Amino acid sequence: MKTIIGLEIHVQVSTATKLFCGCSTDYQDDAPNTHCCPVCLGLPGALPRLNKKAVEYGLRVAKALDMRVLEESEFARKNYFYPDLAKAYQITQHDKPLAVEGTVEIEDDEGHEKIIRITRVHLEEDPGRLVHVTGASKYSLVDYNRSGIPLLEIVTEPDMRSPQEARRFLNKLRTVLEYLGVFDGDREGGLRVDANISLEGSERVEVKNISSYKGVEKALTFEVTRQRNLLRRGQKVARETRHFMEGRGITTSARGKEEEHDYRYFPDPDLRPLRVAERVAEIDLPELPTARKNRFMEQYGVSLNHARTLTGDPKLADFYEEVAHIDPALAATWVADTLLGELNYRDMGIAAVPPGHIAELLELLKAGTITDRAGVQVLREMLDACVEGRPCEKPTAIVKREKLGRAAGDEFTSIVQAVISANPQAVEDYRSGKEGALNFLVGQVMKETRGRADPRELRRIVSESIKMGGV
Amino acid sequence: MAGTLNFSPDDRYNAFITTCREAPFGDGALAGVAIAVKDNISTAGIRTTCASRILEGYVPPYDAHVVELLRREGAAIVGKTNMDEFGMGSTTETSAFGPTQNPVDPSRVPGGSSGGSAAAVAAGLVPMALGTDTGGSIRCPAAFCGIVGFKPTYGRVSRYGLIAYANSLEQIGPMARTVEDVSRLMSVIARYDPRDSTMLDRPYDHQPSANISGLQVGVPEEYFGEGVDERVAENVRDAIGILEDLGATTVPVSIPGMRYALAAYYVICTSEASSNLARFDGVRYGPAVDTRKTWHEAYQDLRQANFGAEVRRRIMLGTFTLSAGYTGRYYAKAQVARRNIARDFERAFCDVDIIAGPTMPTVAFRLGEKNDPLSLYLADILTAPANLAGIPAISVPCGRVDGLPVGLQLMGRQFEDERVIDTAFAYEQEVRA
Repeated sequence: MKTIIGLEIHVQVSTATKLFCGCSTDYQDDAPNTHCCPVCLGLPGALPRLNKKAVEYGLRVAKALDMRVLEESEFARKNYFYPDLAKAYQITQHDKPLAVEGTVEIEDDEGHEKIIRITRVHLEEDPGRLVHVTGASKYSLVDYNRSGIPLLEIVTEPDMRSPQEARRFLNKLRTVLEYLGVFDGDREGGLRVDANISLEGSERVEVKNISSYKGVEKALTFEVTRQRNLLRRGQKVARETRHFMEGRGITTSARGKEEEHDYRYFPDPDLRPLRVAERVAEIDLPELPTARKNRFMEQYGVSLNHARTLTGDPKLADFYEEVAHIDPALAATWVADTLLGELNYRDMGIAAVPPGHIAELLELLKAGTITDRAGVQVLREMLDACVEGRPCEKPTAIVKREKLGRAAGDEFTSIVQAVISANPQAVEDYRSGKEGALNFLVGQVMKETRGRADPRELRRIVSESIKMGGV
Repeated sequence: MAGTLNFSPDDRYNAFITTCREAPFGDGALAGVAIAVKDNISTAGIRTTCASRILEGYVPPYDAHVVELLRREGAAIVGKTNMDEFGMGSTTETSAFGPTQNPVDPSRVPGGSSGGSAAAVAAGLVPMALGTDTGGSIRCPAAFCGIVGFKPTYGRVSRYGLIAYANSLEQIGPMARTVEDVSRLMSVIARYDPRDSTMLDRPYDHQPSANISGLQVGVPEEYFGEGVDERVAENVRDAIGILEDLGATTVPVSIPGMRYALAAYYVICTSEASSNLARFDGVRYGPAVDTRKTWHEAYQDLRQANFGAEVRRRIMLGTFTLSAGYTGRYYAKAQVARRNIARDFERAFCDVDIIAGPTMPTVAFRLGEKNDPLSLYLADILTAPANLAGIPAISVPCGRVDGLPVGLQLMGRQFEDERVIDTAFAYEQEVRA
């Protein structure tokens, strides 16, 4: 049974001001209703004035997704009553969106290249937000700080065949948006998804309100199972809208309410039609993820996996390029594997790490001044300091303070001798040809030396010491 | 010299909803001039009601662009005038604050919807006032009260702060006893405002000139057809004769699209109104919603109780004409009819500079006389076309029938507001002399 998935993605574009007024969009940490004016409060008589930057951002996305920008697009009113909707209509685009017919390239479940077609992108304003006060059942509060925040709605064709594909598509789309500088992925609720999902031959279900791209895979996986089970039991899948309960990872029926809406769309008489098609030519696109990934492989000789990881986030890619000159291969491993792993573990962003520090660390590693193991230790010391808000110490300083410099073999002679004397059985085993015994002995020495020696070199020393001891 | 104007008028015709007893004024072109503002134009600190209970207690926190301009030129805003609720009517009888009477004959309506502004000027309470015109709401009361009223080209005066009834049709415009004062007020309010996206940067800086020799005046047959009182038509023909005496040439023209003008007008204005008025829900201003009910129920009850019957009727009509399955049959067709009328005018304006006809088909109705909506809607037949076409149009008094004023309507090409003013000025100077 083929799974058919199409997505509608609402992206908050990162303009400084709202879509139709001069209010700041940077309200995250501020008190409710402090970023409002007559326009975004929908006060009688106020008129919308289109934010040029938002249009430019929309055009950037259209160009990056290889779309056709309409000669004339139009803003329409979507009429419905809801307490968070200040004007009782949302200004959006309906019949004449900004752009149509684009593509995004992803990998399918077998790792092959696959094209997801983009139906359309359009601009619209976000409504306000209802705040339900715990304990007060008689009323809710409305916060209009969000009212008028510019959103870009991106609609795909039903081209995805699994929840995993949908996740990969969203990751790719998010990366492209970040590269274009039109979207701040760190902003909470910056990306919201409605997903249409059906099993071939059955009715389509719309899952609304998925507020994280990680939630999309969860919601869709739940739906695939739910719909399969219905069909297995001989029941039908009802055509309906469902809500995703992020916390419980399930979807629940919206009981048909949503479908009854007649939004009575008509062109907003307060705004002129938008004729911006000829401005697309003037837009200079930055290097996009696919191009950058290919360049990384060619220019730095890094593996496909490393290239993909490094270019998956423009900030990470920039970071890599700042330290790659030291040794592209060494830098790729350390940034894409070690550093990223340590950052994820601490829930830190790459922005918190000074590239100069990592460059210094890479220099130490390249020169053999410290071992890989000591390198990881240095990295952890550094990041822990960052997380706790302590000053971020330079790797050389940490190496010096913690005495992590690589020691020459003879420095360990006494430790090696002690380990050999303490483990006669293992020595005997090794002599009788059990290679594994050597690993054990080297491990013991490593433990005593806190990783300051190169394991390969230690192996040689231990092995030679045993042979000498045997003479 | 800035100061305060004491304003305590004998408002026997109920022209005002709100009066400002001590109106501050400043320096400028209108220093100390008392100006009345229609109560659908936002005034910071002065309640603005649209003559509706649904805005009870609403005091705008901001000035409309035109009000900013009035204050900048030193005018004293002395009050907010009565009107049909949300501008929906041509009699000022649908106001929640009671009807306004016509100062010429208090048993008659002043016309509408800017009836309060017209009555305030006609009664001599103020020399000038602002009205708004969606389908004739400045020109109709000007004609009925015997004053001058001008609807500018769409996009010439900022609508920022005008509480919308039908955005694509309405304009704020000046009303006064003379064309000269209308022109004077126009030069203050017609200033570019980037907040109104439907506006063009075409400021009005004009001194009226009475020289109209060589002017081509079109006389459309449709403006003298069925439903137009023959004596009103006669007065207007005489007035056009005076324009000829002043050196103008008259040419018969035709606006065939007029047949669909009223239907198109009412579909468009009610559609837009149904959307504009949806925001009056008691959440942010006006009478508060009853939070014990579900929000849907609370909205419904609040709107039922606080909108008047005519407003509710137009909301229902507009909601219907925009509904899925009907919008193609009504809203889309109305837009086609609108374009056709605009084209008819453009074609006519290839041959003529000005089109002249009566403003209203009749003189002022008796209070309470028009109680079926349809016959009232029909009274807009001669004014609504200018709104559909977005062209400038003026009503200037041209004699009386049964002692009641008749208005001569003059329309011009888009953004040729100056020529319309000049023609009216020439006529006015001639009949006054």
